[in-house]
Amino acid sequence: MASETQDPPHGVSRRDLFKTVGAGAAAAVAGAPLAPSAAAAQAHPAAAPQLEALETLTATEADILEAVCARLIPTDENGPGAAEARAAHYIDRALTGPLRASRDAYAAGLAAIDVYAQAAKGAPFVKLSPRDQDAVLTDMERNVATGFMPNAATFFNLVRTHTIQGTFCDPYYGGNANFVGWDLIGYPGLRMTVDAQEQRMSAPKAVRKSAYEEAMFAGKGSAKGGDHGHRP
Amino acid sequence: MAIDLKKTDVVIVGLGAVGGVAALPLARAGLDVIGLEAGSWLTPRDFAPDELRNNFRGWPQAAQKANTEIPTHRPNASAPYSPRLPIHPMMNGVGGTSLHYWAQSWRLNPWDFRVVSETTRRYGAARIPKGSTVEDWPFGLEELEPYYDTVEHEVGVSGQAGNIGGTIDPRGNLFEGPRRRGYPMPPLRGTEFTERMATAARKLSWQPFPGPAAVNSQTYDDRPACQYHGFCNRGGCHVSAKNSTAVSTIPKAMETKRLQVVTQAITTSVAVDERSGRVTGVNYVKGGVEYFQPADVVLLASYTYENVRLLLLSKSRAFPNGLANNGGQVGRHYMTHHTGNPVTALFPFELNNWYGLPAQGAAVDNWADDNFDHSGLDFIGGGNLWVYSDRRPIGAASMSTFGKAPTWGSAWKSFIKQNADRFNVAYLQKTTLPYEDNYLDLDPVAKDPMGFPVTRITADHKDNEKRLGAFVQDKMAQWFMEAGAIAVEKGPTGTMGPSTHAYGGTRMGDNRASNVVNRWGFVHEVPNLGILGASVMGTSGAHNPTLTAQALAWRTAEHLATNWKTIAGG
Repeated sequence: MASETQDPPHGVSRRDLFKTVGAGAAAAVAGAPLAPSAAAAQAHPAAAPQLEALETLTATEADILEAVCARLIPTDENGPGAAEARAAHYIDRALTGPLRASRDAYAAGLAAIDVYAQAAKGAPFVKLSPRDQDAVLTDMERNVATGFMPNAATFFNLVRTHTIQGTFCDPYYGGNANFVGWDLIGYPGLRMTVDAQEQRMSAPKAVRKSAYEEAMFAGKGSAKGGDHGHRP
Repeated sequence: MAIDLKKTDVVIVGLGAVGGVAALPLARAGLDVIGLEAGSWLTPRDFAPDELRNNFRGWPQAAQKANTEIPTHRPNASAPYSPRLPIHPMMNGVGGTSLHYWAQSWRLNPWDFRVVSETTRRYGAARIPKGSTVEDWPFGLEELEPYYDTVEHEVGVSGQAGNIGGTIDPRGNLFEGPRRRGYPMPPLRGTEFTERMATAARKLSWQPFPGPAAVNSQTYDDRPACQYHGFCNRGGCHVSAKNSTAVSTIPKAMETKRLQVVTQAITTSVAVDERSGRVTGVNYVKGGVEYFQPADVVLLASYTYENVRLLLLSKSRAFPNGLANNGGQVGRHYMTHHTGNPVTALFPFELNNWYGLPAQGAAVDNWADDNFDHSGLDFIGGGNLWVYSDRRPIGAASMSTFGKAPTWGSAWKSFIKQNADRFNVAYLQKTTLPYEDNYLDLDPVAKDPMGFPVTRITADHKDNEKRLGAFVQDKMAQWFMEAGAIAVEKGPTGTMGPSTHAYGGTRMGDNRASNVVNRWGFVHEVPNLGILGASVMGTSGAHNPTLTAQALAWRTAEHLATNWKTIAGG
């Protein structure tokens, strides 16, 4: 079980993770308890590693972002967090599409995190202990960290918002891998028809399904769905 | 230059909630109607249950004209501008925002039509807030009742009547005005949570009831009943159980062969004959090509912000300050519905709000309008209290922590793990009045991609709205606590920036010195120009505007068809 003192996910670089995609690998690396779905994924290892590239972030940016996400929604006694959900992967993809207006803010903000970490704690962000990483993030949230444009709190809130999106969105968008976000908060999942019993105050059993697994929303000509007229 | 098209009887600018309704009585009367719509047709395959896309990215973004003309806002003429909204609250598309709205389909209550005379009669004229430009409507609820009834049946509204011909039914809203018959469908079902809230309201001696919704509670017009899947809020319906005009009145109008729908058509101005001062048609751009569509009658049905903008942009020698604006009334009497001062409750148990829709809930009208004695109070008007079942994961994880946890890290994660399904946010719509210094005009700086200025909102909530907001908040907190909440959080008043409930700007009234359109919805200064939508409404009431705007639109269209020669003949 992961704890504050254990090596955080940043101990493994993002580049080491890219060959095997999914919460199974990430959760194992992070030392998190395996969610049932992750266990199932391990029981049926992928036939071939899935290759994956960073879409817009640089490797250094991605490492910092991974580390930030892992502190915002940590892997802990309550199970997988943003690392297993692959929130940073979601953000990387979105920054080339719907969130492209924030690309420059990420370039400047992630660089500013490292500069501030060096100044305040004596090392780049990914090399800091979880406690020191949290101290840097707290300074950002309280808007006392320096070197950010327009200010640290603005960038902190931007990353927090996107980390939540990447942890709890439909998995189609590259986050909430293996539904770890939905499992965390007890979302019983996508049901296209909900009866009165399923609206009683005890939520029904969870189903794990992306909207784009529904036949009517899957794009024509692709078993995995098309782009639905929008970029993920 | 512009391509001149063949003349038609009526051109409607915008085929949304109101344009899409008005087309039907006109087409049935045998008039040739061209509907210009800036968006496209959307189909059930477009309506995936996708929270990120619908609720955080303002889908559909592709070719959204509205998103290029988001109004600017400043609280008053000397205040700095508010941050510009990233996403327009309304959308383009055949059916307009009725595709993704909450579909709450309320009638206004009788008091909303008579705010000035009823307040004066009961409490004295001094109780009308200082600086308010509020007037009585030119008619009462009884004039609009037949049109409410028609729209409820043509669009399809589910609900529980509370007053049929003066006979009160305690299952419905005791405070509604008399209606000729019940709703065409029974109300949407409740949930265990909304039933719990209703029980708590009764313990407080209030009278809860299910709200009316343009959502099928059973098969209606060959379209199926609601599936309650939880993605209705800013999402279109994948089974066409939400009765947007795209699946109700527009197809019926098209069946007559009298309605021609032109999509991707961006209207840029209304043309005027300088000699007569009458409108002659509209100019629009489609696929980069300019067209002129001549018509005997023009109906503006875009939205409050765009109705006003189109008038102000349509300048001519006859109307140098904008069409219909020689009296200086275009843009005046603007209101952003006061839906601020929210109340969020935390319960010590799970609510299972994960499914359902914003229109599936419990309402209380005991504190709306003048349904309670204001003698000892320092405001007029009131609010509708509404609790409903609607929750999705990103929104749930973004919940308030009620000061009980930080906003990130392990302690936060533990908090949302426990509480993501234990909170509920009430929707509180409150009386909003027009004031001298709340208005719309053209922004001197911000422009759309075609170079035309966007609408500027100059408006802020006044003392009456703030006091009323605090009063309604207390009632809502009381209701939540009675139902077992362990904490409530009261939010701020909020601003009057761009909203889905925007009223005024082309107000309806008999007095042409203070109103743009007459009691039938036609412009005092331009007899063959009609205006549809909440921009003609002079009071907001405490309930969603759409059904009222649709009833008014039907009434204007029917009046046009009945008096065709007078209005169109010149």
